[in-house]
Order: sequence, then structure tokens, then C-alpha cells
Amino acid sequence: MPVSFAAQINSVMAALILLTAFGLLIQRRILGLLHLFAWQGLFLGISTAIVGYVTGVHHLFVSSILTLTLKVVLLPWILYALIRKLNIRKEIETLVNIPATMLIGIALVIFSYHLTAPITQLSSLVTRSTLAVALATVMLGLLMMVTRHHAVTQIIGFLALENGLFFAATSATYGMPMVVELGVALDLLIAAFIFGIFFFHINTTFDSLDVEQMAKLKEGD
Amino acid sequence: MTLLVLLGISLSFAVVLAFLGDWKYAPEVNITGSAAACATSILLALQVYLHGPFTAGSNFFFVDAFNVYLTVLTAFVSMTTAIFSRRYMRVEREHGRVGHWRMRFYHAMYQLFIFAMLLALLTNNFGVLWISMELATLSTVLLVSLYRTPNAIEAAWKYFILCGVGIAQALFGTVLLYFAAERLLGVGGEALLWTNLSHISGQLEPTVLRLAFVFLMVGYGTKVGLVPLHNWLPDAHSEGPTPISAVLSGLLLNVALYALVRCKVLVDGSTGSHLAGRMLIGFGLLSIIVASFSLLRQKDIKRMFSYSSIENMGIATFAFGIGGPVATFGALLHMLVHSLTKSAIFFTVGHASQMHGTQEMERIRGLIKGSPVVGWAFILGTMALVGMPPFGLFASEFLILTATIKEAPFLAPIILLGLAVSFAAIFRRVQPMVTGVVPPWQKPLKAAHLPVILHMALVLLLGLYLPRFLSDWFHTTVELLK
Amino acid sequence: MIAYSLLIEAVQVLILLFAAPLFAGWVKTVKCRMQGRTYAGVFQPYRDIARLFSKEVILAENASWIFRITPYIVFGVTVIIGGIIPLISTDLPFAATADVIALVMLFAIIRFFTALAGMDIGTAFGGMGSSREMTIASLAEPAMLMAIFTVSLAGKSTSLTHMVQVMAQGELLLRPSLAFALLAFIMVHLTETGRVPVDNPSTHLELTMIHEAMILEYSGRHLALMEWASMMKLFIFSALGIALFCPWGIAPAEDFPGMLVAIVLLAAKLAVLGVILVLIETGLAKMRLFRLTEYLGSAFLLATLGMLSFFILE
Repeated sequence: MPVSFAAQINSVMAALILLTAFGLLIQRRILGLLHLFAWQGLFLGISTAIVGYVTGVHHLFVSSILTLTLKVVLLPWILYALIRKLNIRKEIETLVNIPATMLIGIALVIFSYHLTAPITQLSSLVTRSTLAVALATVMLGLLMMVTRHHAVTQIIGFLALENGLFFAATSATYGMPMVVELGVALDLLIAAFIFGIFFFHINTTFDSLDVEQMAKLKEGD
Repeated sequence: MTLLVLLGISLSFAVVLAFLGDWKYAPEVNITGSAAACATSILLALQVYLHGPFTAGSNFFFVDAFNVYLTVLTAFVSMTTAIFSRRYMRVEREHGRVGHWRMRFYHAMYQLFIFAMLLALLTNNFGVLWISMELATLSTVLLVSLYRTPNAIEAAWKYFILCGVGIAQALFGTVLLYFAAERLLGVGGEALLWTNLSHISGQLEPTVLRLAFVFLMVGYGTKVGLVPLHNWLPDAHSEGPTPISAVLSGLLLNVALYALVRCKVLVDGSTGSHLAGRMLIGFGLLSIIVASFSLLRQKDIKRMFSYSSIENMGIATFAFGIGGPVATFGALLHMLVHSLTKSAIFFTVGHASQMHGTQEMERIRGLIKGSPVVGWAFILGTMALVGMPPFGLFASEFLILTATIKEAPFLAPIILLGLAVSFAAIFRRVQPMVTGVVPPWQKPLKAAHLPVILHMALVLLLGLYLPRFLSDWFHTTVELLK
Repeated sequence: MIAYSLLIEAVQVLILLFAAPLFAGWVKTVKCRMQGRTYAGVFQPYRDIARLFSKEVILAENASWIFRITPYIVFGVTVIIGGIIPLISTDLPFAATADVIALVMLFAIIRFFTALAGMDIGTAFGGMGSSREMTIASLAEPAMLMAIFTVSLAGKSTSLTHMVQVMAQGELLLRPSLAFALLAFIMVHLTETGRVPVDNPSTHLELTMIHEAMILEYSGRHLALMEWASMMKLFIFSALGIALFCPWGIAPAEDFPGMLVAIVLLAAKLAVLGVILVLIETGLAKMRLFRLTEYLGSAFLLATLGMLSFFILE
């Protein structure tokens, strides 16, 4: 596979990752969010595998498999099991209205493009143009966490943010050293278990997963 | 070798206590583990003191004066906190606030947390530094919500989300750092090693490092508790069991500041400008002012002292930002004495709130009459905390102010204002708590005397006289942080 | 030669005039087949238009000159638009004026007059249709502009004929910007031509109408012209999409046999597009009106993403 063709496929994957990030931002139904998150993980895994194939950096194959297992299979399955166990209502409302959120998202994409422009110029990698998309995904995940007030969707936003970070590592540097990637994956897994436990605690104590109720700790009360 | 033993001790005790955590002598096991770790860390420190910095585990670990002194501090405070936790958790277990599974979980996570902090301090690899900071956060999240009250769960959720997001920014900063380093050092784990990076810091690309430092500052700064990223701190430190508050306030903030200072050295070396220093100064000042004014409005005792932690970390950050031998010396001393003082205060506060069944300051009265050791330790600890001579914090703050007046005189009034306001705010609250008659709802209990007396003695000692080896140590570290 | 391009222009306008009802009939036929109904044949729209021309015009008493003139304006401008878009060849005499901005402006003229006519008589339904149409247009126009601009970035010009020429000669590349622009264009296409999920073209319930409500009062030859114009609009939008995103086969200048091939290819592409349209229509349900803002916002978002992808990734 010639390098330019691989770079094109990588760009297509990057565009799809950005599209799923926006999709996560405007999707209302929880199951839809899970599917979009799984798709995002899939595109991420494919992108990593392609970069690994073209550049010959073989540990990227390992991290691609790790990503696919963790983010396409394991995490969505855990979330799905939690949603079923907690009997969560399937539709949630967002905080800011959707067109305004989309406009803010577009502004964030432009901002991250501007921010990473000097690095893109310095880099000599095949994947350098996707660093802006990676940072944009991180920021969109952050925006999603801010505009939602349901615990599960905040966590999905957090996971999308981690996806963006992983993509940034692949775009800027052909992947972090293996030990770092393994450690990050382990941290993610532990975090998954912890928030799973958290959902149960929140549900038991507050009888719902609406984060707005957890705003009582204030100053001098 | 010593290093691996040190880390191995904490990790193995974590595993052991996961099973034995609710045994009658589990707290003693906890103390033993922490004491063993403390002893090993002192051995490690001696090695560094006599032979200089060295790497271990094929460049995976690196020990120099800066992190070994923090390692000893961490191991020591964790030992004394374990001693305190023995009495404290016994009372909690009796009152039924913690059950069988939660005791096991508590003890196991305590040791795991110590392990994560030690790993963060001793590793040579920036990526592993990030991983262990995240691990430290994760191991304490569920401890903050241990009591399962709505407030505790809310505090733990905020802690989880805000610190998680912050640390994710730090990961992006690490990726950028790796990007800059990879161009010079090649692909692979070599490019993230501090030992390599510190040599080539002048050749790293400035634009990339500037951007990387912004993200690293946001990320690790969240963990240090710098304003405006501090929202999780008062909640998290006030809701968990008091031993956890003590180690979070006393130790984790230090480790996060250590990470931040390592990055600052790299970035300032690369850009040649003082961008990193200036950012530290700015955030530090903001933290001092916001925290000291927030102290005026507090009603919960642990919340008040958490804000005091934010303020003191702000002072240390500010001092690291100013740079130069005097300020850095002051900052290192400040980290040390603040750690000891704050944990001592949390020890007394923990017992005080247990005696009165509440954390509200309005309901706590007559400590000196009710339990003299707790009462006197509390008032002395508070005097130390607000910076009264002859305690150690006075010495460190004096040094920092001296350096400020020399380097940036117009900033000194701001710091003095912050210190004065916090003095007034804390004293206003503490004085009625220790004096007066014993209220009817106060219940006596067996307090842990040893840790708090030990800490206060050390703080007093460090205020009056700095031992030769300690000042040598600080001087070596100051050289490293040039 | 100028004469040659004039000939092509004439051929193109004739195709537009007489193939548009055929296309509309084809779409209706496929839809009926898919829904399991019997159909009246692909030539039914011709019969409808002829029937309407033979009927008497009934005007309301308070109808102004706007009401009477609108059908002619709408019909004329639609024919002009059809003359600008490169349907079968890029060698058109008006190629210089065939700018996308001009195109959008011409569509805006049509919409303006239709909306005015809807409000002219003073009935409730007409006003309702006009206000809905204007709301949708204010959201759909930026999306369409953005989508076409994205293609013009790849085609390096905003002139339609230039764009088509560059696209037709370029190699087959995977361009995410074009993919996004295509999705956005499809969404806008459904909006502008009044198909499901925006507006049901075959509804008889006035409260759900958007386009139909505005022409509710027309009869006779006026109605014939308006119906013909809306069929031509469907044809134009589909052909525009094909010209922008699938331009292979459009004959360059001075190529007579190529032009015949182009006509055949155009017919084939439109047939396929008709089937795709029907699939979308039968698969989706009509959206509630307040959801349209999100729908069109998404279209705008996709188009902007396409443009950003062009800068970031290409």
C-alpha cells in the first residue's frame, strides 16, 4: 500500500472520528451514544493499524488490538450492562440547546487547528495533519461533559476525551512507548470499574443519575 | 535494589491488607508496612547522600536529592498517619460508620495509594509519572466516598471527574513533550526519560514545549489544587475519613507539585524564557489570594483547612516560580513543614470531630478542657500553620518573602495580605474551639498522641534549627533545579 | 463557436422543460411500487399539467398583481437556473455567470415571490406556509452555500462550469471534505425540494404543509406553471448534485458525440438518484417542525466539517 493512499485512508478515519465526536455531542439517546462511542473506537483502531502497517512500527499493531478490545468491545459492553442493571430511561435532555452546542463545537475545532498549526509544520510524520482532529476530539469530549447532566453521558464524554488523547499520541508521535500505552490502558480499565461502582452508589443514594442533584456542597452552608 | 524493595513493600502490603483488612490487628499490619517503607526510604536517602544521584532498573527509576527527600517525607508521614489511623478507624468501626468490606478496601487502598505516590516520585519516565498520578487519584476516589453519604458521593464524583479531566490534559502535554523529544532522542522509551531530557533541554523545540507546558500546567496544576482548577479539593479533602484527608493534603499535593517543577525545569531550559516560572507565579498568587479570602466563609472545619492547603501550595508554587537559590530553598522547606503541620492538624481535627460527632466548627468547643493533648496540639498546630515563629512555616515563608522582595518587590504586599487574612480567618475560628467549657455533646475517646506530638516537635525543631544534612540536601536540590 | 454553445443551451433547456415531469413521474412510480400501491404511470405528470392548463383561473377578489405575476416569475427563473447548470456539457454561453452565489440568489428570488404570493390573499394557511418556508430557508441556505463552497475549494473556483471541469478531470481520490459536503447537500436537497423528512409532498393535511400551503390558492394555468416549476426544481437540484459530486460523463466543449453520451448518462444517473430518493423517503418519517432546526443545523455542521477537513486534512 503506497504511503499516500494510506495517508488518505488515515485522513478519512480522522474525519470519521471527528464526525462521531460531533455525533456524541448532539445525540440524545443513551444507546445511540454507546454505538457512536463504539464506532469511534473502531475508527481509532483501524487508523492505528494502518499507521502501523505503513510505517513499520510494529507495536502499533499491538496497541491497535488493545484499542479495539478495550474501546469497541469491553467498555461499551460494561456500559451497556450498567445501563440495563440501573434501568436508566433511554432518553436524556442536554443542557445547552443543540444548535448552539454545534456552533461551539465548530469553534473548538477551528481553535484546535490554530493551536496545533506550529506543531504540524514541525512534524515530518505521515500523520501530522490529524493532530488537529485529535485535539478537537479532546475538546469536544470536554464540551460534552460540560453540557450534559447525566452521570453516564458525562462518563462517555470522558472516554471520548481519552480516545482523542490516544489519537493524538498516534498522530504526533507514531504512538507512545509500549509501557506507557499499557499503563494508560490499565488506568482506563480501573477507571471503568470505579465509575461502574460509582453509578450504583449514586443511584442508590440519590435514586437517579442526574448530576444536577449533586450540587449541594457549597461554601459556608 | 533498595528502591525495588521500597516499592515492593507497599505493593505487597496492599495485596495482603486486601484480605486481612478487617482483622483485629490489621491497623498494626498497616503500621508495620508503612514503617518498613519508611526505613527503606531512609536507607535510599543515605545512598543518595553518600554517593550522589543514580538510576536503577535499567534507567526506569531515577533518584536524586529532590525526589529522595520527598520520598522520605512521604514514607514518614504515611507511617505516622497509619499510627493515627489505627485509633481513628477503631472508633469509626465501633460507631458503625464503616463495615467489614470497607475496612479491607480502606487498608488495601491506603497502601496502594502510597505505592502510587512512591512510584510517581521515583520513576524516570514521564509517561510512568502520569500513569502513577492517575493511579493515585483512582485509588483514593472510592475512599473519599467511603461513608456513602450524599455529600461524600458528590465530593468523590467531583474529584473523579475534575481530576480525571485535568490529568487527561497532562497526558496531552506529555504526548507533546514526547513529540519534541522524539525528534532528538529517537523513538522508544528513551525519549521520555528525565535523565536524557534534562541534558538536551536546550535543544528541544521551544514552541512545542511552550504548548506542552500549558497543558501540563493545567493537568498537574489541577492535582496541586491551584486556582481556578481547585474546585474538587475542599470537597474531597473534607468528606473522606480523616487519615485520607491527611495524606491527600499532606502528600499528594506535594507529589503533584514535584511533577510540575520537573516540567518547569525542562521548559525553562528549552525556551530560555521564564514563561514557566511566570505561569507558576501567576497561578500561585491567584491561589493564595482566593484561598485566603475563602477561608473567611467556611463553616466546616476540614473544608477550612483544605483551603489552607490550597493557599500553602500556592505559596510553594509561587516560590518555585520566582526561582533562584533563596526562593527554591524556601519552597522546599515549605513543602516539608507544611506536610508535617497539615497532617498534624488533620490528626487533631479528626479526633475533635469524632469527639463532637460533627465537623461543624460552631459545634466544637472546649477542646483543651475536654482532651488536653488534642486541644493543645490543635492550637499549637494552628499557630504553626499560620506562620508564627518559632515554627518551621515562619522560616520558610520568611525566606520566600525575602526572595520576593529582592526579585519582584511589588508582589510581596499581595503575599503578606494573603498571609494576614488567612491568619485572621483561621485564628478567629480556632480560638473559640479550643477554649471555653466542655459542651454536653462531647464524647471522650482515646486519641492517638504519638503522631501529632512527633510532627509538632519536628516542625518546631525545623523552625529553630535546620540540621546540617537537611540544609546540604536542600542546597543540592536547589542546584538541580537551576 | 458561439452557435454551438447556443445549440447546447437550447438542448439543455428543452431537456429541462420536458424531462422534469418525467423525472417526477419516475420518482412517484418507484415510490408507489415500493409502497405496494398501483401507479398511474411515469407520464402522469404530463397529463396533470395539460389538464391544469385547460382549466379556468379563479382568483380571489383581493389578489394583487404579485399573486398573478408570481407563477410566471417562478417559472421563468427556474428555466434560467436550468440554463446555468451544466447538465450535459460544460460549454454553455452563460458559463461566466454560472456562479454558485448567483445560483443561490436565483433560488432566493423564487422563494421570495412564492412566499409573498402565499401571504397575498390573506388566508391563514398561506401565511403559515410562508413563515415556515422562510424559517427553513434561513437555515438551509447557509448549509447549501457551505456545502457548495466546500466543493468549490476542491474545484478551485466558485463557477459551476469550472468546478465540474476540474472535478471531472481529477483522479479518484478519497476526500473526506467531499463526503461531508455530499451528506450535507443531500440533507439540503431534501429540504429545498420539500421531500420527506422535511415536508411530505403528497400530503393533504393543511396543517402539515409547507410548500403546498403557499400554492394552495392557485388554479388553472397558474397552478400548472407552479407545479411544473416545482418539478423542474426537483430535477435541477438532483442534476446539481450529480454535476457537483458525480460529474463524469459531462461533455467538454466541442464534443457532439460526447454530448449524446452525456444525455444518456444523465438519464441513467437521474434514474438511480430517483431510486435513492425514494428509499430515503420511505425509510424515514416526517420530522416535527421544531426538530427541523436541529436537522438543518446538522446539515450546516456537516458542511462546515467538510470545509474544515479540507483545510486540516488535505
